[in-house]
Amino acid sequence: MFSYIVRRILQLIPVFLGSTLLIYALVFAMPGDPIAALFGDKQPSQQLLDAIRAQYHLDQPFIVQYYYYMSGLVRGDMGTTFSGQSVNDVLARTLPVTGRLAVLSIGIEFLLSIIVGTFSALRKGKVSDNVALIIALVFLSMPIFVMCFLAQYFLAIQLGWFRPTVGGQNGWGDMWLPAIVLGLSLYATSMRLMRGSVIETMNQDWVRTAYSKGLPQYRVLPVHVIRNSLIPVITNSATNFGVLLVGATVTEFIFNIPGVGNTLFRAILQHEGPTIVSFVTIFVVLYVLVNLLVDLLYGLLDPRIRYV
Amino acid sequence: MKRNKIALASAAVLVAGVTVLAGCSSSGSNPKPSADTGNGNTDPKAIITASGSEPENPLIPTNTNEVGGGKILDSIFAGLAYYDGSGKLVNDMADKIEVTAPDELTVTLKKGMKFTDGSDVKADNFIKAWNYGALFSNKQLNQSWFADIEGFNAEADSELTGLKKVSDTEFTIKLTSPVAADFATRLGYSAFYPLPDVAFTDMAKFGENPIGNGPYKLAGDGAWQHDVQIDLVKNPDYKGVRKLANGGLTLKFYTSYDAAYADLLGGNLDVIDSIPDASIATFQSDLGDRAVNQPAAIFQSFTIGEWIEHFSGDEGKLRRAAMSMAIDRESITKTIFNDTRVPATDFTSPALDGYQKSLKGGDALKYDPKEAKKLWAEADKISPWSGKFEIAYNANGPHQAWVEAVANSLKNTLGIDAAGASYVDFATLRAAINAKDADGKRTFKTAARSGWQADYPGVYNFLFPLYSTGASSNDGDYTNPEVDKLLAEGASADTPADSVKKYTQVQEILVKDLPAIPLWYQNSIGGFGESVHNVKFGWNSVPLFEDITKDKTK
Repeated sequence: MFSYIVRRILQLIPVFLGSTLLIYALVFAMPGDPIAALFGDKQPSQQLLDAIRAQYHLDQPFIVQYYYYMSGLVRGDMGTTFSGQSVNDVLARTLPVTGRLAVLSIGIEFLLSIIVGTFSALRKGKVSDNVALIIALVFLSMPIFVMCFLAQYFLAIQLGWFRPTVGGQNGWGDMWLPAIVLGLSLYATSMRLMRGSVIETMNQDWVRTAYSKGLPQYRVLPVHVIRNSLIPVITNSATNFGVLLVGATVTEFIFNIPGVGNTLFRAILQHEGPTIVSFVTIFVVLYVLVNLLVDLLYGLLDPRIRYV
Repeated sequence: MKRNKIALASAAVLVAGVTVLAGCSSSGSNPKPSADTGNGNTDPKAIITASGSEPENPLIPTNTNEVGGGKILDSIFAGLAYYDGSGKLVNDMADKIEVTAPDELTVTLKKGMKFTDGSDVKADNFIKAWNYGALFSNKQLNQSWFADIEGFNAEADSELTGLKKVSDTEFTIKLTSPVAADFATRLGYSAFYPLPDVAFTDMAKFGENPIGNGPYKLAGDGAWQHDVQIDLVKNPDYKGVRKLANGGLTLKFYTSYDAAYADLLGGNLDVIDSIPDASIATFQSDLGDRAVNQPAAIFQSFTIGEWIEHFSGDEGKLRRAAMSMAIDRESITKTIFNDTRVPATDFTSPALDGYQKSLKGGDALKYDPKEAKKLWAEADKISPWSGKFEIAYNANGPHQAWVEAVANSLKNTLGIDAAGASYVDFATLRAAINAKDADGKRTFKTAARSGWQADYPGVYNFLFPLYSTGASSNDGDYTNPEVDKLLAEGASADTPADSVKKYTQVQEILVKDLPAIPLWYQNSIGGFGESVHNVKFGWNSVPLFEDITKDKTK
């Protein structure tokens, strides 16, 4: 078990190097000159442009820029933004906000898909099963920004149940609307997987045995059915984590949440190399870590799985 | 122009031409004044919330050239003068700004003005701040604003020797060229704000928690919550001319106007200073008399180069006038822009002091298909028309619709083949316009979309860079010695009224020569909530925050 975790974490290093290099190359290849853009349409003197370029090492060849970035990184310095803030600070400020949004929406996704999925499985083929399917398909087929705008317009502006945007008040209780939207956008696949998985588990010998020895349903379902049905749902949520991150960026943009996604969006508009690379790299690392975590969770859910 | 990153986010609304916008102030001609300001229900301590964007730079006046930070600086700093609701320059920290020679100004400061740290606003605070902004190694984004002051060097460190302290309340400005009258009108721009002595000890720290001398001040350390908002409160020590009608201002930062608009509709925001593209068609019906739609200092036109066949000499004058009269500006602004543009009557903007509503010869800017046909036929007598007329535009901006409409207008009225010519982006279009062959002649063969957004609300700024011989943005290579002479006279005139007189004469020549065909002025669009009143926008499309009142909460 331990050596397995160490091996997986060591695998992070090439992933990390590769992804930063790739992202840095992409930022480098972005068209346009970010320094000239700082001046709007005004034409500053060439000397001034050169001086500012040198300040951000933008006058150096690509690989030298990458070296500067990496050497800063190993010293724990992710660079500075054009507004003079340390990227570390920006990250420390935005990551918890996005974290809260992600945890809330994953919570909503899991809770809903487990309940509705199980319920649908038990009523396989009945009207309620089909209704649940149709609703899930609606959520699945609607792009997330459409859901965001609809929720914002009807639930917040028209009905006044929520604030239309989040902004500065972004504690746990302030992010229900974006979290629900984001959770629902992920919900459909999890729910259908859960349903299929429960149906399959219900046909297993041990479930029949449990029922035949007289266990009531409220014991059989949680202990013998749901727990054993969770593995595909959790695997899916790991691969879905990328979708979650993209969705979070869109959601943060529309609901004006000062999180990682919104800041990344702004940084991309401004060609702010250090911010873009650091943030995207954090996304990559998170993605890898979440997948590791999920692999480890299998063992808890199914003791037959061993790590070697 | 002051770069507005929210606008970039929603749809790169780049104004064609060139420059830079600035400062603070307004056009007092809000067509829909919110009347009930004096209903006794006003809360003088109320905090106004308004849309903003995270400043892209530390809050240092000489290093901020975009709207997000500019709005904050204009609220917490006071310069020698500021631009009022009609774009007019009103002395603020200055008691007097005198043009003592065509290339020299003398500034006398009011006594008793203070920064919020208690120190006095002295001549040195201006001189040191401007020197800081101009010094090459400080790499300030607004460095070029000091270029006309003696001693300026854009390529190496140098001192602004043209700034001389006479006493604590008086200093003189010596310029390198005779543009003193125009220079005076620039002094309301944020690059010319003073800095307190404490700023120079640690500019980075100062940029995070600036100490100003304006009508508002930061609500304590950490009032700037990055990416979230900035809280400003009334500065009781401000003794200048801007009167506060509210108790404070909170600028909430948005990355998209869609979110800000949703907040406005949801009652979560008092004032929004732009409208997202998706709601342009509906915002006036959504908001009713809470919608703001008034001309801003943005002028749009298309330029026909003097070297283009059929467009020079007498034939050119006839053809230019015919084209100008062949365009139905009224219906284009209505159908394509939902009335967020106003047909042009001159070469400047209604947001400026010096705008001409009925210019002598201004009939050339009115739709008159009969006269257009007549003039076109006259031109054909000199040399018969051949070929196709094209207007170049950049496809990454929202221009295709109106370019096609203008081309159709020309086609229908004059019976010629006219169309738009699309370029990938603004840079490509600029490169094509500026391309020259081996003999130094321009190779560009079509007309091109052009326009101007003000650096500062001065008429000179709308005329000199565009139409004086050899100027930086004179894309049509227009040259007229009379125009050059009048512009020079205007820029060194003794009083603003004299300057405007000269500039109006320039415009009367321009409307005959039509180096560019004026089309329309772009409006400031925005809106406000039910509990706030007296919302007017300045010449630079930023609301005049100090005048806004808010009702007591019931």
